[in-house]
Amino acid sequence: MEKAKTLYALLSGHQNEILRQWQKEQLAPGVLRSDLISPDELKQQMEDFLRYLVEAVKKDETEDMSSLEAWKEVRSFLTEISKTQAKKGFLPSETSMFIFSLKKPIFQLLQSYDTEDLEKFASDLWKVNTLLDQLGLLTMESYLKSKEEIIRRQQEEMLELSTPVVKIWEQVVAVPLIGTLDSARTQMVMENLLQEIVRVSATIAIIDITGVPTVDTLVAQHLFKTVSAARLMGAECVISGIRPQIAQTMVHLGVSFQDITTKATLAEAIKYAFSRVGYRISKGESTK
Amino acid sequence: MELKVLKRSTFPIRSEEDIVKARQIVRNWANEVGFKLVDQTKLVTATSELARNTFVHGGGGEMMLEQVEDGTRSGLRITFQDHGPGIPDVTRALQDGYSTAGGLGLGLGGAKRLVHEFSIQSEVGKGTVVIIVKWV
Repeated sequence: MEKAKTLYALLSGHQNEILRQWQKEQLAPGVLRSDLISPDELKQQMEDFLRYLVEAVKKDETEDMSSLEAWKEVRSFLTEISKTQAKKGFLPSETSMFIFSLKKPIFQLLQSYDTEDLEKFASDLWKVNTLLDQLGLLTMESYLKSKEEIIRRQQEEMLELSTPVVKIWEQVVAVPLIGTLDSARTQMVMENLLQEIVRVSATIAIIDITGVPTVDTLVAQHLFKTVSAARLMGAECVISGIRPQIAQTMVHLGVSFQDITTKATLAEAIKYAFSRVGYRISKGESTK
Repeated sequence: MELKVLKRSTFPIRSEEDIVKARQIVRNWANEVGFKLVDQTKLVTATSELARNTFVHGGGGEMMLEQVEDGTRSGLRITFQDHGPGIPDVTRALQDGYSTAGGLGLGLGGAKRLVHEFSIQSEVGKGTVVIIVKWV
C-alpha cells in the first residue's frame, strides 16, 4: 500500500480519479438537473473547480486552511457557480450538494492510506471534512445572497410599479394607491405626485384609495402630509375611493378629513376636478 | 357567562412586515368567524393600531389571537403584549390628540372605539398588555 506524504500529493496524484468519481455522483440520474444545466457544462465546472482546489491545497496545507490569499480563487469561483445556480432555479440542497458530493470520492481515497498511520489519517480526514463543510456553507451564503438580491430588485420594481401618477386632463393628475401603505411606499407616492404636479402644472390632484385595504391613523397621517405638501405647491387634493366600511371605521377611529375634499368614487372625483378647472362633462351623440 | 376559547395562536410583532401579517391573519380569522365586512375592517384597523404601538412604543412583542364564545355570542379576543418602557399615564394616552411619537394621537383611543371590550394594563419599566374583544 502506498504511503501518501501530503494531502496535496494525494489529491494531485489522483485528480482524474476524484473527478471521475465526483462526476459520476453529480451526473447520476435524479441528481443531474438536465433541465437547468447541460452535462458538458457541469463537467467543465467540476473540472475547473477541482483544479482550483488542488492548487489552493498546494499553496496552503496548514492546519485550518484559512489563508485567504490561497483560497481566493476557489472561493470566488464557487461563489460565481452558486449565484448562477440560484438564478437558474436550482434548489438550495442541489447547490450545496455540488460540494458535499465531493466528500465521498476524497474520503475513499483517504482510506487507501497506510493503516499504520492512524494519526495522519485522522488529521487529514478532519482537514478535508472541515474544508468541504466550509465550502458547502459558502455555496449556501452565495446562493442566499443571490436570491436576496432578486427579491430586493423585485421589491424596488414593485415600489415603482404600484405608484403611477397619471395625467387625467390639463391641470388634473391622479394617483391610484394599491395595497399596503408602508413608509417607504408612501414616501415614493408623495415624491412622484409632487413631481408630476410640477411637471404638468396641475392644480388638482386626485388620490384614489380604493385599493388600500386598511386605512389606519398612520395611513391617514401620511395622506394628510401629502395633501399639505401638494397645497404648498398650489394644488388642491381630492381623496376618492373611500368605501363604506372604511368611512365607518374612520369615524370611530376619530380621524377627520374636515378640510379635505373627499369623494366616494374616482368618477365623482374626476367630475369634481373638471368643474374646478372649468371643464364640463356632457353627454353627446353616441359614436357607435 | 364563562368564556370558552375555541382556537388560539400567537404571532410575533417585531417588524413593519409583522404588522402587515397581523392584519392579514386577523382579517382571515374574522372572516372565518363570520364578521361582516364593516366589523372585519374595524377589527383589522384596531389590530393595525395596537400592533404598531407594540412595535413602535413597546419595542416589539407578540399578539395572541383567540376565537372565543360566551354561550350566545362568538367573537375574537386579541392580546397585544410587549415588555417595553410602559405607559406612565394610561388615561392621558387614551385621550385623542395625545401622541409621544408625532402621530395623530388617535390610535389607542380609536382602537378602543372600534371594538366591544378594551382593557389596558401598563407598568412603567415592565411593559404593556392590551386586550380587545369584538363580538360578531
